[in-house]
Amino acid sequence: MLVILGLTFFIRGLEQALFPIGESIAYAFARKGNVFWLLLFAFALGFGTTIAEPALTAVTAKAADIAALDGHISTDKAAKANYALGLRLTVAFSVGVAIVAGVLRILRGWPIQYFIMSGYAGVVIMTFFAPPEIIGIAYDSGGVTTSTVTVPLVTALGVGLANSIKGRNPMIDGFGLIAFASLTPMIFVMAYGMII
Amino acid sequence: MELLQQILSTGLSTVTDVLPIVIVIFGFQLLVLRQKIPKLKRVLIGFVYVLIGLTLFLVGLEVTLFPIGKLMAQQLTDPVFIRQAAGVVSGSLQWDDYAWVYLFAAAIGFATTVAEPSLIAVAIKAQQVSGGSITVWGLRVSVAFGVAIGIALGAFRIVTGTPLHYYIIAGYVVVLIQTLYAPRMIIALAYDSGGVTTSTVTVPLVAALGLGLASNIPGRSALIDGFGLIAFASLFPIMSVMGYAQLGEWRARRQQQSDNGEINEDD
Repeated sequence: MLVILGLTFFIRGLEQALFPIGESIAYAFARKGNVFWLLLFAFALGFGTTIAEPALTAVTAKAADIAALDGHISTDKAAKANYALGLRLTVAFSVGVAIVAGVLRILRGWPIQYFIMSGYAGVVIMTFFAPPEIIGIAYDSGGVTTSTVTVPLVTALGVGLANSIKGRNPMIDGFGLIAFASLTPMIFVMAYGMII
Repeated sequence: MELLQQILSTGLSTVTDVLPIVIVIFGFQLLVLRQKIPKLKRVLIGFVYVLIGLTLFLVGLEVTLFPIGKLMAQQLTDPVFIRQAAGVVSGSLQWDDYAWVYLFAAAIGFATTVAEPSLIAVAIKAQQVSGGSITVWGLRVSVAFGVAIGIALGAFRIVTGTPLHYYIIAGYVVVLIQTLYAPRMIIALAYDSGGVTTSTVTVPLVAALGLGLASNIPGRSALIDGFGLIAFASLFPIMSVMGYAQLGEWRARRQQQSDNGEINEDD
Protein backbone atom coordinates (compact mmCIF):
# COMPACT_ATOMS: atom_id res chain seq x y z
CA MET A 1 0.00 0.00 0.00
CA LEU A 2 2.61 2.52 1.11
CA VAL A 3 4.76 1.53 -1.82
CA ILE A 4 2.04 2.21 -4.38
CA LEU A 5 0.99 5.43 -2.70
CA GLY A 6 4.61 6.55 -2.55
CA LEU A 7 5.22 5.81 -6.21
CA THR A 8 2.09 7.73 -7.21
CA PHE A 9 3.21 10.78 -5.26
CA PHE A 10 6.71 10.49 -6.66
CA ILE A 11 5.54 10.41 -10.27
CA ARG A 12 3.24 13.40 -9.74
CA GLY A 13 6.10 15.34 -8.18
CA LEU A 14 8.35 14.26 -11.01
CA GLU A 15 6.09 15.74 -13.63
CA GLN A 16 5.38 18.86 -11.62
CA ALA A 17 8.81 19.76 -10.28
CA LEU A 18 11.82 17.80 -11.45
CA PHE A 19 11.11 17.57 -15.19
CA PRO A 20 9.97 21.19 -15.71
CA ILE A 21 12.75 22.68 -13.59
CA GLY A 22 15.45 20.67 -15.33
CA GLU A 23 14.15 21.78 -18.70
CA SER A 24 13.56 25.42 -17.77
CA ILE A 25 17.12 25.69 -16.47
CA ALA A 26 18.41 24.15 -19.68
CA TYR A 27 16.44 26.70 -21.75
CA ALA A 28 17.56 29.58 -19.56
CA PHE A 29 21.22 28.66 -19.94
CA ALA A 30 20.84 28.13 -23.67
CA ARG A 31 19.30 31.60 -24.01
CA LYS A 32 21.98 33.17 -21.87
CA GLY A 33 24.58 31.54 -24.02
CA ASN A 34 27.24 31.50 -21.32
CA VAL A 35 28.98 28.16 -21.51
CA PHE A 36 31.13 28.74 -18.44
CA TRP A 37 28.19 29.10 -16.06
CA LEU A 38 26.41 26.16 -17.63
CA LEU A 39 29.43 23.94 -17.07
CA LEU A 40 29.86 25.22 -13.53
CA PHE A 41 26.21 24.42 -12.89
CA ALA A 42 26.71 20.95 -14.36
CA PHE A 43 29.68 20.33 -12.08
CA ALA A 44 27.88 21.62 -8.98
CA LEU A 45 24.87 19.45 -9.72
CA GLY A 46 26.98 16.33 -10.16
CA PHE A 47 29.23 16.97 -7.19
CA GLY A 48 26.53 18.20 -4.82
CA THR A 49 24.10 15.37 -5.40
CA THR A 50 26.73 12.66 -5.19
CA ILE A 51 28.41 13.80 -2.00
CA ALA A 52 25.06 13.58 -0.18
CA GLU A 53 24.13 10.19 -1.60
CA PRO A 54 23.50 7.74 1.28
CA ALA A 55 24.30 4.64 -0.79
CA LEU A 56 27.73 6.06 -1.56
CA THR A 57 28.42 6.70 2.12
CA ALA A 58 27.68 3.05 2.87
CA VAL A 59 29.91 1.77 0.09
CA THR A 60 32.86 3.96 1.00
CA ALA A 61 32.66 2.89 4.65
CA LYS A 62 32.89 -0.73 3.55
CA ALA A 63 35.77 0.10 1.24
CA ALA A 64 37.67 1.61 4.16
CA ASP A 65 37.17 -1.63 6.11
CA ILE A 66 38.68 -3.61 3.26
CA ALA A 67 41.64 -1.29 2.93
CA ALA A 68 42.30 -1.53 6.66
CA LEU A 69 42.04 -5.31 6.54
CA ASP A 70 44.67 -5.46 3.83
CA GLY A 71 46.98 -3.20 5.78
CA HIS A 72 46.91 -0.33 3.29
CA ILE A 73 45.86 2.07 6.01
CA SER A 74 45.95 1.70 9.77
CA THR A 75 42.91 0.15 11.42
CA ASP A 76 42.02 3.01 13.76
CA LYS A 77 38.81 4.91 13.21
CA ALA A 78 40.32 8.20 12.13
CA ALA A 79 42.33 6.64 9.32
CA LYS A 80 39.29 4.76 8.08
CA ALA A 81 37.06 7.82 8.19
CA ASN A 82 39.72 9.74 6.35
CA TYR A 83 39.98 7.10 3.64
CA ALA A 84 36.19 6.90 3.27
CA LEU A 85 35.87 10.67 3.00
CA GLY A 86 38.62 10.80 0.40
CA LEU A 87 36.85 8.14 -1.61
CA ARG A 88 33.55 9.99 -1.39
CA LEU A 89 35.15 13.22 -2.57
CA THR A 90 36.82 11.32 -5.41
CA VAL A 91 33.53 9.83 -6.60
CA ALA A 92 31.66 13.13 -6.25
CA PHE A 93 34.39 14.93 -8.16
CA SER A 94 34.30 12.33 -10.92
CA VAL A 95 30.53 12.63 -11.26
CA GLY A 96 30.88 16.40 -11.52
CA VAL A 97 33.45 15.96 -14.27
CA ALA A 98 31.18 13.42 -15.97
CA ILE A 99 28.19 15.76 -16.12
CA VAL A 100 30.43 18.56 -17.44
CA ALA A 101 31.78 16.26 -20.17
CA GLY A 102 28.25 15.09 -20.97
CA VAL A 103 26.93 18.64 -21.26
CA LEU A 104 29.86 19.59 -23.48
CA ARG A 105 29.07 16.61 -25.66
CA ILE A 106 25.47 17.76 -26.06
CA LEU A 107 26.61 21.29 -26.91
CA ARG A 108 29.02 20.10 -29.55
CA GLY A 109 26.94 17.17 -30.74
CA TRP A 110 29.77 14.65 -30.51
CA PRO A 111 28.61 11.04 -30.85
CA ILE A 112 28.38 9.28 -27.50
CA GLN A 113 30.00 6.02 -28.63
CA TYR A 114 33.49 7.49 -28.76
CA PHE A 115 33.24 8.69 -25.18
CA ILE A 116 31.87 5.44 -23.87
CA MET A 117 34.43 3.41 -25.78
CA SER A 118 37.36 5.44 -24.53
CA GLY A 119 35.83 5.28 -21.05
CA TYR A 120 35.66 1.49 -21.28
CA ALA A 121 39.21 1.39 -22.51
CA GLY A 122 40.19 3.53 -19.52
CA VAL A 123 38.42 1.16 -17.14
CA VAL A 124 40.04 -1.91 -18.66
CA ILE A 125 43.53 -0.42 -18.60
CA MET A 126 43.11 0.77 -15.03
CA THR A 127 41.89 -2.68 -13.99
CA PHE A 128 45.28 -4.16 -14.80
CA PHE A 129 47.14 -1.66 -12.65
CA ALA A 130 44.78 -1.09 -9.74
CA PRO A 131 45.13 -3.10 -6.53
CA PRO A 132 42.74 -6.10 -6.79
CA GLU A 133 40.76 -5.34 -3.64
CA ILE A 134 39.61 -1.98 -4.96
CA ILE A 135 38.31 -3.31 -8.30
CA GLY A 136 34.97 -4.65 -7.00
CA ILE A 137 34.27 -1.42 -5.15
CA ALA A 138 35.27 0.67 -8.13
CA TYR A 139 32.92 -1.21 -10.45
CA ASP A 140 30.08 -0.95 -7.95
CA SER A 141 30.62 2.74 -7.24
CA GLY A 142 29.69 3.43 -10.85
CA GLY A 143 26.25 2.06 -10.15
CA VAL A 144 25.46 3.69 -6.83
CA THR A 145 26.23 7.29 -7.69
CA THR A 146 22.97 8.17 -9.39
CA SER A 147 20.13 8.68 -6.96
CA THR A 148 16.42 8.71 -7.57
CA VAL A 149 16.19 12.49 -7.46
CA THR A 150 19.28 13.17 -9.55
CA VAL A 151 18.31 10.91 -12.43
CA PRO A 152 15.07 12.66 -13.51
CA LEU A 153 16.66 16.07 -13.08
CA VAL A 154 19.76 15.26 -15.08
CA THR A 155 17.72 13.53 -17.78
CA ALA A 156 15.43 16.55 -18.09
CA LEU A 157 18.48 18.83 -18.26
CA GLY A 158 20.00 16.82 -21.08
CA VAL A 159 16.80 16.56 -23.09
CA GLY A 160 16.05 20.25 -22.51
CA LEU A 161 19.51 21.26 -23.72
CA ALA A 162 19.28 19.08 -26.79
CA ASN A 163 15.85 20.53 -27.52
CA SER A 164 16.94 24.15 -27.24
CA ILE A 165 20.04 23.86 -29.40
CA LYS A 166 19.50 23.83 -33.11
CA GLY A 167 20.43 20.67 -34.93
CA ARG A 168 20.41 18.41 -31.87
CA ASN A 169 18.06 15.50 -31.69
CA PRO A 170 16.82 15.03 -28.11
CA MET A 171 16.68 11.27 -28.58
CA ILE A 172 20.24 10.91 -29.85
CA ASP A 173 21.89 13.77 -27.97
CA GLY A 174 19.69 14.36 -24.94
CA PHE A 175 20.29 11.09 -23.15
CA GLY A 176 23.65 9.83 -22.04
CA LEU A 177 24.45 12.07 -19.07
CA ILE A 178 23.72 9.26 -16.62
CA ALA A 179 25.93 6.89 -18.56
CA PHE A 180 28.85 9.28 -18.11
CA ALA A 181 28.11 9.61 -14.43
CA SER A 182 28.29 5.88 -13.94
CA LEU A 183 31.46 5.41 -15.97
CA THR A 184 33.91 7.99 -14.63
CA PRO A 185 33.70 6.97 -10.94
CA MET A 186 35.11 3.55 -11.86
CA ILE A 187 38.22 5.12 -13.36
CA PHE A 188 38.65 7.68 -10.60
CA VAL A 189 38.17 5.20 -7.76
CA MET A 190 40.77 2.84 -9.22
CA ALA A 191 43.14 5.78 -9.53
CA TYR A 192 42.43 6.61 -5.89
CA GLY A 193 43.23 3.02 -4.91
CA MET A 194 46.54 3.22 -6.75
CA ILE A 195 47.62 6.50 -5.19
CA ILE A 196 46.73 5.72 -1.58
CA MET B 1 3.88 4.45 16.52
CA GLU B 2 6.96 2.68 15.36
CA LEU B 3 5.84 3.14 11.78
CA LEU B 4 5.44 6.86 12.34
CA GLN B 5 8.94 7.08 13.74
CA GLN B 6 10.29 5.21 10.76
CA ILE B 7 8.47 7.54 8.38
CA LEU B 8 10.01 10.53 10.16
CA SER B 9 13.57 9.25 10.10
CA THR B 10 13.34 8.13 6.47
CA GLY B 11 11.78 11.44 5.58
CA LEU B 12 14.69 13.25 7.21
CA SER B 13 17.28 11.30 5.26
CA THR B 14 15.36 11.93 2.03
CA VAL B 15 15.40 15.63 2.79
CA THR B 16 19.18 15.62 3.24
CA ASP B 17 19.41 13.75 -0.04
CA VAL B 18 17.36 16.38 -1.86
CA LEU B 19 18.74 19.45 -0.11
CA PRO B 20 21.98 19.87 -2.10
CA ILE B 21 20.01 19.62 -5.33
CA VAL B 22 17.60 22.32 -4.19
CA ILE B 23 20.49 24.54 -3.10
CA VAL B 24 22.33 24.16 -6.41
CA ILE B 25 19.22 24.79 -8.49
CA PHE B 26 17.94 27.78 -6.57
CA GLY B 27 21.41 29.22 -6.09
CA PHE B 28 22.10 29.24 -9.81
CA GLN B 29 18.60 30.33 -10.67
CA LEU B 30 18.82 33.37 -8.40
CA LEU B 31 22.50 34.32 -8.58
CA VAL B 32 23.49 33.45 -12.12
CA LEU B 33 20.36 33.40 -14.20
CA ARG B 34 18.79 36.14 -12.08
CA GLN B 35 15.27 35.25 -12.91
CA LYS B 36 12.26 33.93 -11.08
CA ILE B 37 11.41 30.31 -11.41
CA PRO B 38 8.34 29.91 -13.58
CA LYS B 39 5.35 28.55 -11.66
CA LEU B 40 7.33 28.58 -8.41
CA LYS B 41 4.41 27.43 -6.32
CA ARG B 42 3.72 24.45 -8.55
CA VAL B 43 7.37 23.44 -8.52
CA LEU B 44 7.60 23.68 -4.75
CA ILE B 45 4.49 21.57 -4.33
CA GLY B 46 6.03 19.12 -6.77
CA PHE B 47 9.20 18.89 -4.68
CA VAL B 48 7.07 18.18 -1.62
CA TYR B 49 5.31 15.44 -3.60
CA VAL B 50 8.65 13.92 -4.49
CA LEU B 51 9.73 13.96 -0.85
CA ILE B 52 6.50 12.44 0.40
CA GLY B 53 6.44 9.90 -2.38
CA LEU B 54 10.01 8.71 -1.88
CA THR B 55 9.59 8.54 1.88
CA LEU B 56 6.41 6.48 1.76
CA PHE B 57 7.92 4.29 -0.92
CA LEU B 58 11.06 3.57 1.10
CA VAL B 59 9.20 3.00 4.35
CA GLY B 60 6.82 0.66 2.54
CA LEU B 61 9.75 -1.34 1.23
CA GLU B 62 11.48 -1.28 4.58
CA VAL B 63 8.46 -2.73 6.37
CA THR B 64 7.39 -5.33 3.86
CA LEU B 65 9.73 -6.34 1.07
CA PHE B 66 13.24 -5.79 2.38
CA PRO B 67 12.98 -8.10 5.41
CA ILE B 68 11.47 -10.87 3.30
CA GLY B 69 14.02 -10.40 0.54
CA LYS B 70 16.96 -10.36 2.90
CA LEU B 71 15.66 -13.37 4.82
CA MET B 72 15.18 -15.30 1.58
CA ALA B 73 18.65 -14.36 0.44
CA GLN B 74 20.07 -15.72 3.68
CA GLN B 75 18.04 -18.91 3.68
CA LEU B 76 18.68 -19.71 0.04
CA THR B 77 22.41 -19.28 0.39
CA ASP B 78 22.47 -21.39 3.55
CA PRO B 79 24.57 -24.49 2.81
CA VAL B 80 22.07 -26.75 4.61
CA PHE B 81 19.26 -25.71 2.29
CA ILE B 82 21.40 -26.04 -0.80
CA ARG B 83 22.48 -29.54 0.12
CA GLN B 84 18.87 -30.53 0.65
CA ALA B 85 17.64 -29.00 -2.58
CA ALA B 86 20.44 -30.48 -4.63
CA GLY B 87 20.29 -33.85 -2.89
CA VAL B 88 23.98 -33.77 -2.08
CA VAL B 89 24.54 -35.42 1.26
CA SER B 90 28.27 -35.22 1.61
CA GLY B 91 31.25 -33.89 -0.26
CA SER B 92 31.75 -30.40 -1.56
CA LEU B 93 29.11 -28.51 -3.52
CA GLN B 94 29.46 -27.91 -7.22
CA TRP B 95 28.35 -24.74 -8.98
CA ASP B 96 25.29 -26.41 -10.49
CA ASP B 97 23.94 -27.23 -7.02
CA TYR B 98 23.09 -23.57 -6.61
CA ALA B 99 20.27 -23.55 -9.19
CA TRP B 100 17.76 -22.06 -6.75
CA VAL B 101 20.13 -19.25 -5.96
CA TYR B 102 20.43 -18.27 -9.62
CA LEU B 103 16.67 -18.42 -10.05
CA PHE B 104 16.14 -16.27 -6.98
CA ALA B 105 18.81 -13.83 -8.12
CA ALA B 106 17.14 -13.43 -11.51
CA ALA B 107 13.69 -13.03 -9.95
CA ILE B 108 14.84 -10.43 -7.47
CA GLY B 109 16.74 -8.54 -10.16
CA PHE B 110 13.66 -8.43 -12.36
CA ALA B 111 11.21 -7.48 -9.61
CA THR B 112 13.31 -4.73 -8.05
CA THR B 113 14.12 -3.15 -11.40
CA VAL B 114 10.51 -2.96 -12.53
CA ALA B 115 9.77 -1.12 -9.28
CA GLU B 116 12.75 1.26 -9.51
CA PRO B 117 11.49 4.88 -9.44
CA SER B 118 14.40 6.41 -11.34
CA LEU B 119 13.90 3.93 -14.17
CA ILE B 120 10.24 4.95 -14.33
CA ALA B 121 11.36 8.58 -14.62
CA VAL B 122 13.72 7.89 -17.51
CA ALA B 123 11.13 5.67 -19.22
CA ILE B 124 8.49 8.43 -19.04
CA LYS B 125 10.95 10.90 -20.54
CA ALA B 126 11.99 8.45 -23.25
CA GLN B 127 8.39 7.85 -24.24
CA GLN B 128 7.76 11.60 -24.50
CA VAL B 129 10.90 12.27 -26.51
CA SER B 130 10.60 9.32 -28.85
CA GLY B 131 7.00 10.20 -29.61
CA GLY B 132 5.79 6.86 -28.31
CA SER B 133 7.97 4.52 -30.35
CA ILE B 134 9.62 3.54 -27.07
CA THR B 135 7.00 2.63 -24.52
CA VAL B 136 7.40 2.98 -20.77
CA TRP B 137 6.64 -0.68 -20.24
CA GLY B 138 8.79 -1.91 -23.08
CA LEU B 139 11.80 -0.11 -21.66
CA ARG B 140 11.13 -1.12 -18.08
CA VAL B 141 10.68 -4.79 -18.93
CA SER B 142 13.71 -4.98 -21.18
CA VAL B 143 15.89 -3.27 -18.57
CA ALA B 144 14.51 -5.63 -15.93
CA PHE B 145 15.40 -8.62 -18.12
CA GLY B 146 18.91 -7.32 -18.42
CA VAL B 147 19.25 -6.90 -14.67
CA ALA B 148 17.82 -10.38 -14.05
CA ILE B 149 20.40 -11.98 -16.33
CA GLY B 150 23.14 -9.80 -14.88
CA ILE B 151 22.41 -10.65 -11.24
CA ALA B 152 22.07 -14.37 -11.98
CA LEU B 153 25.44 -14.33 -13.74
CA GLY B 154 26.89 -12.29 -10.88
CA ALA B 155 25.70 -14.93 -8.40
CA PHE B 156 27.30 -17.59 -10.59
CA ARG B 157 30.53 -15.62 -10.46
CA ILE B 158 30.50 -15.50 -6.68
CA VAL B 159 29.82 -19.24 -6.51
CA THR B 160 32.63 -20.13 -8.89
CA GLY B 161 34.94 -17.40 -7.65
CA THR B 162 36.19 -16.31 -11.08
CA PRO B 163 37.65 -12.80 -11.29
CA LEU B 164 35.12 -10.03 -11.80
CA HIS B 165 36.97 -8.12 -14.48
CA TYR B 166 36.90 -11.00 -17.00
CA TYR B 167 33.12 -10.80 -17.07
CA ILE B 168 33.01 -7.04 -17.19
CA ILE B 169 35.55 -6.79 -19.99
CA ALA B 170 33.74 -9.47 -22.00
CA GLY B 171 30.53 -7.54 -21.38
CA TYR B 172 32.13 -4.35 -22.68
CA VAL B 173 33.16 -6.12 -25.87
CA VAL B 174 29.58 -7.30 -26.47
CA VAL B 175 28.28 -3.77 -25.79
CA LEU B 176 30.75 -2.29 -28.27
CA ILE B 177 29.79 -4.76 -30.98
CA GLN B 178 26.10 -4.11 -30.37
CA THR B 179 26.71 -0.36 -30.51
CA LEU B 180 27.86 -0.76 -34.11
CA TYR B 181 24.62 -2.45 -35.16
CA ALA B 182 21.95 -0.92 -32.92
CA PRO B 183 19.73 1.90 -34.23
CA ARG B 184 21.44 5.22 -33.50
CA MET B 185 18.63 6.75 -31.50
CA ILE B 186 18.64 4.05 -28.84
CA ILE B 187 22.35 4.09 -28.03
CA ALA B 188 22.46 6.96 -25.55
CA LEU B 189 19.29 5.75 -23.85
CA ALA B 190 20.68 2.23 -23.58
CA TYR B 191 23.88 3.49 -21.93
CA ASP B 192 21.77 5.54 -19.53
CA SER B 193 19.61 2.63 -18.52
CA GLY B 194 22.71 0.92 -17.21
CA GLY B 195 23.13 3.67 -14.64
CA VAL B 196 19.54 4.08 -13.53
CA THR B 197 18.77 0.48 -12.71
CA THR B 198 20.75 0.40 -9.53
CA SER B 199 19.14 2.71 -7.07
CA THR B 200 16.98 2.76 -3.97
CA VAL B 201 15.29 -0.61 -4.44
CA THR B 202 17.87 -2.76 -6.14
CA VAL B 203 21.02 -1.96 -4.20
CA PRO B 204 20.02 -3.06 -0.67
CA LEU B 205 18.49 -6.36 -1.79
CA VAL B 206 21.23 -7.23 -4.23
CA ALA B 207 23.91 -6.34 -1.70
CA ALA B 208 22.23 -8.64 0.83
CA LEU B 209 22.27 -11.46 -1.71
CA GLY B 210 25.92 -10.91 -2.57
CA LEU B 211 27.04 -10.76 1.05
CA GLY B 212 24.95 -13.81 1.95
CA LEU B 213 26.46 -15.84 -0.86
CA ALA B 214 30.01 -14.73 -0.24
CA SER B 215 29.87 -15.42 3.49
CA ASN B 216 28.34 -18.89 3.11
CA ILE B 217 30.60 -20.31 0.45
CA PRO B 218 33.93 -21.55 1.76
CA GLY B 219 36.91 -19.65 0.44
CA ARG B 220 35.01 -16.46 -0.42
CA SER B 221 35.54 -13.26 1.48
CA ALA B 222 32.36 -11.29 2.10
CA LEU B 223 34.29 -8.07 1.79
CA ILE B 224 36.02 -8.81 -1.48
CA ASP B 225 33.67 -11.17 -3.36
CA GLY B 226 30.46 -9.63 -2.04
CA PHE B 227 30.97 -6.62 -4.25
CA GLY B 228 30.50 -6.64 -7.97
CA LEU B 229 26.86 -7.67 -8.33
CA ILE B 230 25.87 -4.06 -8.91
CA ALA B 231 28.39 -3.81 -11.71
CA PHE B 232 26.66 -6.73 -13.41
CA ALA B 233 23.30 -5.09 -12.87
CA SER B 234 24.45 -1.94 -14.62
CA LEU B 235 26.15 -3.66 -17.55
CA PHE B 236 23.52 -6.11 -18.78
CA PRO B 237 20.62 -3.67 -19.23
CA ILE B 238 22.74 -1.87 -21.83
CA MET B 239 22.74 -5.04 -23.90
CA SER B 240 19.09 -5.86 -23.33
CA VAL B 241 17.89 -2.35 -24.23
CA MET B 242 19.91 -2.35 -27.45
CA GLY B 243 18.57 -5.82 -28.10
CA TYR B 244 15.04 -4.54 -27.53
CA ALA B 245 15.59 -1.77 -30.07
CA GLN B 246 17.13 -4.17 -32.57
CA LEU B 247 14.18 -6.52 -32.17
CA GLY B 248 11.76 -3.63 -32.66
CA GLU B 249 13.56 -2.53 -35.79
CA TRP B 250 13.69 -6.03 -37.18
CA ARG B 251 9.97 -6.49 -36.59
CA ALA B 252 9.17 -3.14 -38.17
CA ARG B 253 11.22 -4.10 -41.20
CA ARG B 254 9.50 -7.46 -41.51
CA GLN B 255 6.13 -5.74 -41.16
CA GLN B 256 7.08 -3.39 -43.96
CA GLN B 257 8.19 -6.22 -46.16
CA SER B 258 4.98 -8.13 -45.67
CA ASP B 259 3.01 -4.93 -46.31
CA ASN B 260 4.93 -4.43 -49.52
CA GLY B 261 4.25 -8.04 -50.38
CA GLU B 262 0.52 -7.52 -50.00
CA ILE B 263 0.60 -4.45 -52.17
CA ASN B 264 2.45 -6.37 -54.83
CA GLU B 265 -0.13 -9.09 -54.69
CA ASP B 266 -2.85 -6.52 -55.17
CA ASP B 267 -1.08 -5.33 -58.26
